[in-house]
Amino acid sequence: MRKWVGVKTMCKCLLNKNLLVTIVLYFLLVGQSIAGQGKLLETAGLTQIEGSGGGGIVPWATISGYDSRDEMSLSVFNTLVFLDDYRLQSWGASAGLFDRVEMSYARQNLHLSASGGEIRQNIYGLKTRLYGDLIYSVLPQISVGVQHKTLVDGAVASTVGAKNNNSGTDFYVAATKVHLGAVGGYNFIWNLAARATKANQLGLLGYGGAKNNDYQVMVEGSVGVLLSRNWVIGFEYRQKPNNLSGVKEDDWRDFFATYIPNKHFNLTLAWTQLGDIADAGNQQGFYVSATGYLW
Amino acid sequence: MVITVKTLILFTAIFLSSCVNKLHSESVYQSLGGYQKVEEIADNYILEIEKDPVIFEYFKESDVERYRAKVIEHICHHTGGPCEYTGDDMQRVHDGMNITESDFNRGVDLLINAMNTADIPYRVQNRVLAIFAPMRKDIIYRP
Repeated sequence: MRKWVGVKTMCKCLLNKNLLVTIVLYFLLVGQSIAGQGKLLETAGLTQIEGSGGGGIVPWATISGYDSRDEMSLSVFNTLVFLDDYRLQSWGASAGLFDRVEMSYARQNLHLSASGGEIRQNIYGLKTRLYGDLIYSVLPQISVGVQHKTLVDGAVASTVGAKNNNSGTDFYVAATKVHLGAVGGYNFIWNLAARATKANQLGLLGYGGAKNNDYQVMVEGSVGVLLSRNWVIGFEYRQKPNNLSGVKEDDWRDFFATYIPNKHFNLTLAWTQLGDIADAGNQQGFYVSATGYLW
Repeated sequence: MVITVKTLILFTAIFLSSCVNKLHSESVYQSLGGYQKVEEIADNYILEIEKDPVIFEYFKESDVERYRAKVIEHICHHTGGPCEYTGDDMQRVHDGMNITESDFNRGVDLLINAMNTADIPYRVQNRVLAIFAPMRKDIIYRP
């Protein structure tokens, strides 16, 4: 007759021999479950370029960390985009509360390769999950969020003709869903977001312009295939407003591959096509992003 | 932009429907490798539970022989195998256990480990998970 053999019985030997080993085992096995480990691997998503939980350039309905509804999480990220005429760096942190609320901060530096100058902005993000679970609910997980952005120095924004060179706020709604085994047995993820915005190039070139100075709704989408428990590949598209009369703004897109070895870390490599940015045409380049989950 | 999105949606829809059609020709039970594999998964799962102090707490009072038999029936039946599930429904089984969302996902991780040990391919594992995922609402937070 088969009987349960619990871990406590198994560990008795360790307890007698070495208390330290037992304590270490306890923190490895039990400690992690308190510290925001309650989601399945890969389901926390990544950190997008403005600091919100998402894909790479699009915010998702996911709350940034691995917290379940009984847990909290804290993550940090750093993203570099190497374009032909610019280098964009974005870094920051995000806290997830009970898989319900996400609070994030991101600092963006756009280095202008030619002049050596840079444009910096702060982004404060808040997101709340309204409905669902991206895996378990029949309908998608749905969240709403805001991204409040403040430019450190509005000189460049003024030069290109932005109506506001100080600050602006984006509002978005996002829906995300994972379909288990849907694509030939592979898990399929999609995200669709609608963003009301006046921002020119994420806000780095200020808000509004001569062509348009009102909020417009932009559509942003991501699709991905989970090739294994640790690898995701996908594509993203982000519609942009093109408010300025002097310089053109194009829609953004990227093709990404993400490696998620465990619930502590993930690394994304993408190829981005960002079109015209300020006076520089057809900007393309590599995007590298890492998120670390501290708690 | 609109054309790109439309094309993308169309492409995705075609891709999905073609794959879905293909899957329906063989049951998940057959893809798993039949009864022997279901037994192997159940045995591995029980070993995983025993190794996990958090999940083991939920099981320590239960009859492991009965549990093994019902898990085999349950997997076999729901994956399309020739078995009858004779146990209680999922709500009743988990009444009073108050399983948290976190611990539920931990249990899913153990099931994935059990399938990995049984050499079940990733794509078949996903189809198994797709069958059992909708049952979560009957399992978690039952006072």
